[in-house]
Amino acid sequence: MDVYLWWIGGAEADHELLGTLRRQTEHVFHVTARAWLGHHRPADAFDDRRQQHSSTRILKWLLESRPTPAAKIIGITDVDLFIPILTFVYGEAQLGGTAAVVSTARLLSDNGFRPDPNLLMSRLEKECLHELGHTFGLLHCPVPTCVMARSVNLVQVDAKDPALCHDCQTRYAEIRKQGHAHHE
Amino acid sequence: MSRERTRILIVDDEEIVRESLSAWLEKDGYTLATVPDGETAVDRIRKERWSILLVDLKMPGIDGLQVLEEAKKAQPDAAAVIMTAYATVDTAVAAMKIGAYDYLVKPFDPEELSLMIQKIVTQQSLVRENVLLRKVLKREYHFRDLISKSPAMQAVFDLARTAARSNSTILILGESGTGKELLARAIHAESPRSHGPFVAMSCAALTETLLESELFGHEKGAFTGAVTRRKGKFEMADGGTLFLDEIGDITAKLQLDLLRVLEDRQFFRVGGSESIHVDVRIIAATNRDLPKAVADGSFREDLFYRLNVIPVHLPPLRDRLEDMPLLVEHFLEQLGAEMNRHVDGVATDAMGLLMAHTWPGNVRELRNILERAMVVATGHVIQALDLGLRRPPCIDVPGTGTMASLEEVERHHIVRVLQDSGGNISLAARTLGIDRATLYNKLRKYQLRKDGETETEPEETM
Repeated sequence: MDVYLWWIGGAEADHELLGTLRRQTEHVFHVTARAWLGHHRPADAFDDRRQQHSSTRILKWLLESRPTPAAKIIGITDVDLFIPILTFVYGEAQLGGTAAVVSTARLLSDNGFRPDPNLLMSRLEKECLHELGHTFGLLHCPVPTCVMARSVNLVQVDAKDPALCHDCQTRYAEIRKQGHAHHE
Repeated sequence: MSRERTRILIVDDEEIVRESLSAWLEKDGYTLATVPDGETAVDRIRKERWSILLVDLKMPGIDGLQVLEEAKKAQPDAAAVIMTAYATVDTAVAAMKIGAYDYLVKPFDPEELSLMIQKIVTQQSLVRENVLLRKVLKREYHFRDLISKSPAMQAVFDLARTAARSNSTILILGESGTGKELLARAIHAESPRSHGPFVAMSCAALTETLLESELFGHEKGAFTGAVTRRKGKFEMADGGTLFLDEIGDITAKLQLDLLRVLEDRQFFRVGGSESIHVDVRIIAATNRDLPKAVADGSFREDLFYRLNVIPVHLPPLRDRLEDMPLLVEHFLEQLGAEMNRHVDGVATDAMGLLMAHTWPGNVRELRNILERAMVVATGHVIQALDLGLRRPPCIDVPGTGTMASLEEVERHHIVRVLQDSGGNISLAARTLGIDRATLYNKLRKYQLRKDGETETEPEETM
């Protein structure tokens, strides 16, 4: 199973950052991960009224534009994301599906200043793993330190480890096993 | 755990809102459903159980406040959250007045939504835990099939438990419908005789000769129609318990016969010459004032003392109204199992009506009323109207310029019910919440015929 990580932000792609995310994805989900450097970007995701980007429209675009071998694809961006009912989201994923998106926009410190690059990297890594976890079919986890815990503020993001808790690891293994059985 | 059990209904006419909200919440593992309008929402609220309702305020047709009103009637335990595009004090106040849990202004702050849902889920989980604990506690309030937490009834249970261990005769005194037979059965079940038979016999509404034959049995040819030898209730109850209900209604001859059995533990079948010895524990019951009957000579004093070894007084329901919620819960559970229908409980105003009723038919009447309510109730909660109880009526007693006595009111009410039921005793007894034997007693007492007219014959034979 190939997981593609695609930088779709406004700024230049950070290769070091993508490399770290790729390694961490492989480590946590035991899959082959690839950084994809396609140059086109979702054009119609910006909402004039809200001055934000629709994460749902980005997911749709990712599904249509993904490279053929990508079994899962996660778009990584620096634009502010929203879903219609919420003021913002850190990311969005299709539960048990193919596409996910995550943004650095709200992972900066609460006052909007860029935090320590390592802290931003750590937050992005967790949210990236979290959204990918959803594409594998994992739900939110009640363990606050598990990467699958629901986080709606930075304190909750920072409280998480970049790893699945024991229960989520078991659940993930079951899901993968069922997936293999299904394919056979 | 509680997440899978939490069922959320999203009601919004905008598809994009329904989709994005359900996609966001499904990742928490909740069971979700979405509906596009108030009509469908009301329908699903009436048919299914929901933990949380997220309802858009402004929708064409039935709006959010109307959905909320319906939800409060059908599922008062569900937490209803109103969603609105523009918050105004008026809408917030209106929603909260109807009983909304809270309201959210679109688009929601994710933290606010998450906290609110978590808070509701935690509260509902505590409520469920509370229900479980109450069930555990309810076992403490049980004495076999009887249930009460009132101090008076708890004292009855304690006395009955102690008395059950002995062989002494027990006299249960209490109004009709207070559960005299249930108590007798409970005493039997708690006694060392529990493996023996429990035989119940109502002494009312039977002629003297028939009752004599029922109690003591008869030999073949003892009287016309006695084609075979037949065992009486005393023999049937050998090794167990004989429950004699309406003991205050037996004739002088039977009082004497019974006294002899109680003294000697032996008797003769009707038409028989062989003395029969039995090992029977007697539990007698009556709703009559036996000391008064002794005083006016209609009941033998010596028999009274023989029966009154351990007197147990069952209080009427109106004197233990603190048991109402417990009894209602108990009967809804019991009737639900019998009728294969689940009801969550009774609405607040319905409970108010139950507490205000005077309960002449006591617990039996309550059970009947709840049975009727379970049949007619359309939602998950019994409403005041479903009970079929009239608000405290003004009974017009003809011919009285002053306040009527309790007996006059009772007599007048029985006449009315009999006329309404067309002289059908079973139906009238059911309406009155008393058993047929009690109704017959009351007809005798007030010299009434089955059609409610006054009895003209000096002797009645009903």
